[in-house]
Amino acid sequence: MGEDRRRFLKLAGLTALCAAGKGSLVRLAGAESPAKGGAAKKKIRWAMVVDPRKCLEKEACTACIDACNHAHNVPAFDNPKHEVKWIWKEPFADAFLDQDVRYIDQALTTKPVFVFCNHCDNPPCVRVCPTKATWKREDGVVMMDWHRCIGCRYCMAACPYGSRSFNWEDPRPHIKQVNPDFPTRTKGVVEKCTFCDELLDKGQLPACVTACKEKALTFGDLNDPDSEVRRLLRSRFALRRKAGLGTNPEVFYLV
Amino acid sequence: MLEKALVGSRGYWRWLMVLGAVIVLGVIAYLYQFAFGLGVTGLSRNVTWGLYIAQFTFLVGVAASAVMVVLPYYLHDFKTFGKLTILGEFLAISAVTMCMLFIFVDMGQPTRVLNVMLYPTPHSLMFWDMVSLMGYLVLNTLISHVTLDAERNAVAPPRWIKPIIILSIPWAVSIHTVTAFLYSGLAARPFWMTAILAPRFLASAFSAGPALLILFCLVLRRLTRFDAGREPIQRLAIIVTYAMLINVFFVLMELFTALYSNIPEDAEHFKFLYVGLAGNATLVPWMWASAVLSVVALVLLVNPKTRHNETTLAAACVAVFVGLWIEKGLGLIIAGFEPSPLGQVTVYTPTLPEILISLGIYAFGLFLITVFYKIALSVRGQVAA
Repeated sequence: MGEDRRRFLKLAGLTALCAAGKGSLVRLAGAESPAKGGAAKKKIRWAMVVDPRKCLEKEACTACIDACNHAHNVPAFDNPKHEVKWIWKEPFADAFLDQDVRYIDQALTTKPVFVFCNHCDNPPCVRVCPTKATWKREDGVVMMDWHRCIGCRYCMAACPYGSRSFNWEDPRPHIKQVNPDFPTRTKGVVEKCTFCDELLDKGQLPACVTACKEKALTFGDLNDPDSEVRRLLRSRFALRRKAGLGTNPEVFYLV
Repeated sequence: MLEKALVGSRGYWRWLMVLGAVIVLGVIAYLYQFAFGLGVTGLSRNVTWGLYIAQFTFLVGVAASAVMVVLPYYLHDFKTFGKLTILGEFLAISAVTMCMLFIFVDMGQPTRVLNVMLYPTPHSLMFWDMVSLMGYLVLNTLISHVTLDAERNAVAPPRWIKPIIILSIPWAVSIHTVTAFLYSGLAARPFWMTAILAPRFLASAFSAGPALLILFCLVLRRLTRFDAGREPIQRLAIIVTYAMLINVFFVLMELFTALYSNIPEDAEHFKFLYVGLAGNATLVPWMWASAVLSVVALVLLVNPKTRHNETTLAAACVAVFVGLWIEKGLGLIIAGFEPSPLGQVTVYTPTLPEILISLGIYAFGLFLITVFYKIALSVRGQVAA
C-alpha cells in the first residue's frame, strides 16, 4: 500500500507540473501529439474501486460521507425531496437494479453500498448539457461549472445513476460548518462528486478515500497496469453499475 | 397593423382584463419562485421535470399542428383552408411563445439563459430545440405578417414568401421531432427511449391542434362575423379523426411492446401510469380518464353522423384535446421519472405557485391569440358589430 501511495503521489505531482507548464513543455518537446507518441506521453485515467465487504464490519460508519460533505460544503436538507448528495448509501439491490442479486452472498447484497458519480468514460450528462457546464477532463474526471450551469436539469434526466443533485433552494443556510477552502453553491444549479479535483491537482487523494480507515475505497490510475486499482481488478471480480448502457463507469465494485 | 388590436367591443376588453388578471397572478407566483428557487414546486431530486416541461412538450405539438392547414392549402392548392391558414399560423406563434416561457420558468438560473447561445453546444439536443423553436417563431411571424398585409391591401402576397411558407412545413415537423429527441435519446429513461416517440408526438399534435382550431372556429362564429364555413371544419374533423386513430394505435403499440416483453424497466413506467407502482397511484385516475376520453372522442369522430353534427363534433374535439393534454401534459413527462433509475417512486404533486405560473402562461398565450385573431378579423372586416 505504501509503495502504491508513493507511486500515486509521484504521478499526481507530475501531472500537476505538466498542467502548470503544459504550454512551454509542449513547445520544448516540439509539439508532440498524443496520437503519434502515445507511449511517450502516458494519459492518466482516474478510477475508484469500492470493496463493500470492508464496510460490513462497521455498518453505521459514514466517515467517507462526512468527510466529503464537510470538504465540499454539501448542504443537509430536512426535506428528502431537496436532498443534495455527493456520496451516499444505497441498498445493494437498488444500486445494481440490472443485476439479479437474489442468490449472491446475502451478507453483501442485503446491505447498503456506497454510490457516487461514476465519472463515466462516455458520460451522458456531458452529452446533453446545453452549455458545456459539465464536461470531462482528460484524466476522466467529470466536472461541473456552477457558474455556467443554467439549472435546466437535463443532465439529471440523462444520468442513469441518479448521481446528480439540484439546489432546489439556497443551500448556504443548510451547511453545517462552512469549509472556507471550497466554494459554496447558489440555488438553481446542479452539483455532484468531482473525485475531489481540487485535491487531485495538489497531488492528494480524494477526501473520502483518505477518510476511510477500513480501506474500502481505492483510488488510482486505470491506465497504469501496476496501479493498486488494476491489481485489485485483476485479483477479484468487480461489477460496474448498468455496464450494458455503454457509459463505461470508472467506479468498480468488488464482489 | 397592431393598432387594430387597440379598438374593440366591451366584451373584447373584458376578456383581455380577465386574462390580464390571471397573468398578473402568474407573474406574482413567478417572482416568489424566482426569490426562493424551484423548491416552491413539487419537483424533487427524483422527479426533476414536471408540469412546466410537460406543458412545453404538449404546446410544441399545438404549434406544429398549424402545418395541417398550411400544407393542404399551399402544397395541394386546397382552397377550402384559405380562410384558416392565418388562424393556424397565429395559433403557432402563441403556442411557441408559451413553449419558450415554460422552458424559461423551469430554469434554475434564468438570468443565465443566454449561456445557451454564448456557449452553443451542438451535441446537446436542447441547443437544437432552441434553434428549431426560434426558427419556427420567426417563420410564422414573417409569414402571417406578410400574408395578412397583402390581404389588407387586397393584393396577392409577394412571390418570395412562397418558398418561406414551404420551408415552414418541414420546419413544423422538425420542432416536434427534435422535442421528441430531447427525451428519446436518454439511455437512463427507458420510458422515453422508444423510436416511436417522435411519430407519436406528431400524431397527437395533429389531432389536438386541429381539434383546438375547430373549437376556435366555432367560438369565433358565435362571437364575431367570421364564419370558417361548414366544409373547412368538416375537413379539419377528418384530419383530427385520422390523427387520433393513429395516436391511439401508437399508444397501444407501446403498451404491447412494454407489457408483453415484460422487461421490468420498460413495463414499470406503464404500470405506474395505469395501475400505480409501489403504492403511488397519483396519475392512475387521470390516465384512465384520458383513455375514456380518447374512446369517446373516437366513437364520435368515426361515426359520420356525430362528426357531421357540429355540437357532437365540438364535444369530440374537447374530448380529444383534454384526453391528449392528460396523456402528454401530465403522464408522459412524469412517468419517465417513475420509477427513478434506482427504482424509487417519489410522489409528485404540482404546488399552487407551480399551477398559478402555468395558468399565467396559458393566459398569456390566450391573450396573444385573442389579439392576433382580432387583428386578422379586423383586417377582413369581420369583427362583431
